Amino acid sequence: MIGIGESPPRPDGFAKVSGAARYVDDVSLPGMWHGATVRSPHPHARIRSVRFDPALAPEGTVCVTAADLPGPNGIQLLDDGWPILADAFTFHVGEPVALVVAPTRLAARQALAAVTVEYEPLDPVLTLEQAEALPPLYQLRFEDGDVEAALAAAERVIEGEYRTGHQEHIYIECQGMIATFEEDGGLSVLGSMQCPYYVHKGLTHAFKMPDDRVRVRASVVGGGFGGKEDFPSAIAIHAALLARACGRPVKMIYDRHEDIVGTSKRHPAVIRHRAGVDRDGRLLALDAEIVMDGGAYSTLSPVVLSRALLHSFGPYRWPAARVRARVLRTHTAPNSAFRGFGAPQVEFAVERHMDRIGRELGLDPFEIRARNVVDPGDRLPTGQILDSSTSARLCLEEAERRTGFRERWRALEEERRKGEDGPRRGIGLSLFFHGAGFTGNGERKMKSPVTARLLPDGRIEILTAMTDMGQGCVAVFPQIAAAAAGVGPEDLVFAAPDTGEVPDSGPTVASRTTMIVGGTIARVVAELRDRVLAGGNQPFREAARTYYQKNGPLEVTLRNEPPEDHAFDESTYHGEAYPTYAWGADVVEVEVDPDTLAVRATGITAVCEVGKAIHPVLCAGQIEGGTLQAIGWALMEEVKLQDGRYLNDRLATYIIPTIRDTPKIDVHLLERAYEGGPFGAKGVGELPMDGGAPAAAQAIENATGIPVAEIPATPERLMRSRTL
Amino acid sequence: MKTSFSLNGGAVEIDGHPMERLLDVVRERLGLTGTKEGCGEGECGACTVLMDGEPVLSCLVPLFQCEGRRVETVEEVAQGPAREFLDRFVASGGVQCGACTPGIVVTAWALLQRNPEPSREEAREALAGNLCRCTGYEGILRALCRETEG
Repeated sequence: MIGIGESPPRPDGFAKVSGAARYVDDVSLPGMWHGATVRSPHPHARIRSVRFDPALAPEGTVCVTAADLPGPNGIQLLDDGWPILADAFTFHVGEPVALVVAPTRLAARQALAAVTVEYEPLDPVLTLEQAEALPPLYQLRFEDGDVEAALAAAERVIEGEYRTGHQEHIYIECQGMIATFEEDGGLSVLGSMQCPYYVHKGLTHAFKMPDDRVRVRASVVGGGFGGKEDFPSAIAIHAALLARACGRPVKMIYDRHEDIVGTSKRHPAVIRHRAGVDRDGRLLALDAEIVMDGGAYSTLSPVVLSRALLHSFGPYRWPAARVRARVLRTHTAPNSAFRGFGAPQVEFAVERHMDRIGRELGLDPFEIRARNVVDPGDRLPTGQILDSSTSARLCLEEAERRTGFRERWRALEEERRKGEDGPRRGIGLSLFFHGAGFTGNGERKMKSPVTARLLPDGRIEILTAMTDMGQGCVAVFPQIAAAAAGVGPEDLVFAAPDTGEVPDSGPTVASRTTMIVGGTIARVVAELRDRVLAGGNQPFREAARTYYQKNGPLEVTLRNEPPEDHAFDESTYHGEAYPTYAWGADVVEVEVDPDTLAVRATGITAVCEVGKAIHPVLCAGQIEGGTLQAIGWALMEEVKLQDGRYLNDRLATYIIPTIRDTPKIDVHLLERAYEGGPFGAKGVGELPMDGGAPAAAQAIENATGIPVAEIPATPERLMRSRTL
Repeated sequence: MKTSFSLNGGAVEIDGHPMERLLDVVRERLGLTGTKEGCGEGECGACTVLMDGEPVLSCLVPLFQCEGRRVETVEEVAQGPAREFLDRFVASGGVQCGACTPGIVVTAWALLQRNPEPSREEAREALAGNLCRCTGYEGILRALCRETEG
């Protein structure tokens, strides 16, 4: 029996270390051909014509354009405004304009040359400043309390503007999909994805097919980070269009270049703060403006903006707050889901603003936070009263205790003022939070189901639509189910994520898998066990076999039940936006070369409270990996665009942290059980993405005195800020 | 052109273009899909295999360079005495999505052959060419280095 809080080896572990795990590109079907994509080289253009010349292409090549679509030219997500293939216009570099399919991967690439697209380039909108002239893709307004009065009465009103850049997911496995039209006309798709039912919805919409004629299966997923939330719907439709056109199974695997150019990224953002404070540094009012670059199509931007708004307060008490938030449209690839989903940008801004307030009032980063941090029972600006597992102060104090932050920060401030030669050292602190589960009424609307089924041999089969993109639900779900049913892992079977088999338990996103779906798993297996045992106390497996022989199949489906006393008003953005929050404090240490301003992270301490850690090794793994992604975003990761075209669409030039760039990451899990989660667990996946960047920025400031209001804090950008 | 070399202990002869990538030879011609492609240009290390015991990036190795050499892929490494190390690799959180993992396992195993107890610094040096986007490298280092120096 494996208990909650133990760390058994993940069940897919040996398959992955031995090369046996089958990712989509490792699967080959008989008669399968390969697809490739013709992409726009222009950020904005009118398409005059698309011509395919079979004489120039390998034998058998078929080409598909927007004119060949069987249904609406839209990928169904929140709406279907994102075209499957560009039609009259292209709106970003890399946008798919046509598809080709040929017998081999090489032949498909060669076939691209047989497609001639005549473009009439148009003036693109490439900056947020230009985009302000156009209607936004989406906007939100939030107000709580009398902000103007509070600002007028404030001792000081402190302003600041903060900027964050694009970030590319760089899952090591690029996007890929295989589509097959079966002999009976049904469509079946296998691929790398986080959300099988999103892909299913996209396919039924695009092909005007009934739900039961489309089957979507997730293969082993080689990393997601949000990048395989929406985009798999696009590539699945593309592969299916080609399969329909050539009458064979079709595989589409992106190479790294097109994966960077053509798929979604983290929204760049500009965030402006006006904060009213009293003479002791107590926050009185926040007036914030969030502007995000949505790229060419809205995809998931409305929900990203929504989460951004709800995290823009940071883990602090604000007696009054106003936030105006909008996503603007530019002629760049659509920006969409990326771990954190809008929160990292706004938490960077509010954390940097806390530092600015502290500096202006002569309070160190710990002190300004300690005076304003939320405690259990405090009210967020949304009106939500925080529950007993509100651990921001706990994290802050534990981070201080473990690192001696305050003293070191002060000593390094002194050292900098003395201006001695040699590398500059700095230390930074951040405090952050992340709402677990869907925003607002998402979970209430979905009430996502999980099914448990008794098998003839007495085992329990559990069916969910969740995919394991590396985070480890393959290990955590069995722990939860075994503990909840009082059985061993050998009594459990987990169905593969296959829309032909499993119920729609929702997408694998939003730090909801363990807390929300895991919670429903715990309830559904307990219910099934109770029905089987019917009050008896015999060993489960034996009782289950007897039950099955006597009564036949037993299947129980339960739905997630969001807390009944919670409600969220979508017009005012007041109420319980999330059932609960996870909390964290990061301390990042850096060394900065005084001449080149190259920054090296030299130490990271992450103190996180995520309820109960079901599997501490995997839980810490989420925090280690997420924190490093945040450090990459803060220091080095930069999508360089010139005239809307990519200057660094490869791993040689888009730089993510290597092991040499990575210091020791010390993770400390503080466990405070959350009564709404399975065995006290909260969501963890996204939290660590929120804290690394502001802590690194503060550390650079501590080392150099350069105000870091914009990331990535590359040497070039720091040099500009220093000379301003 | 025919190229003969030893693959995972057996002799193979491949009739192919001399510039064909070793990565495609092992994955597509020989069906050994454990070796992964992450970038196709020698930056990520996912396609690492051993050539005469040394890690090489199979996306950058043309077939003709394999003539007479000894090539081992992750499938072979996992068969042998690496088992204990691989179990430790899984247990310590070295694996999440697994896409970088075969390349890291192969590189790390080559390191352990010449240095059974690497320091953290030695391990970081050896793995400098292998990108991992999931783990923050901590779980990998826990598996590879027994000591806990900072």
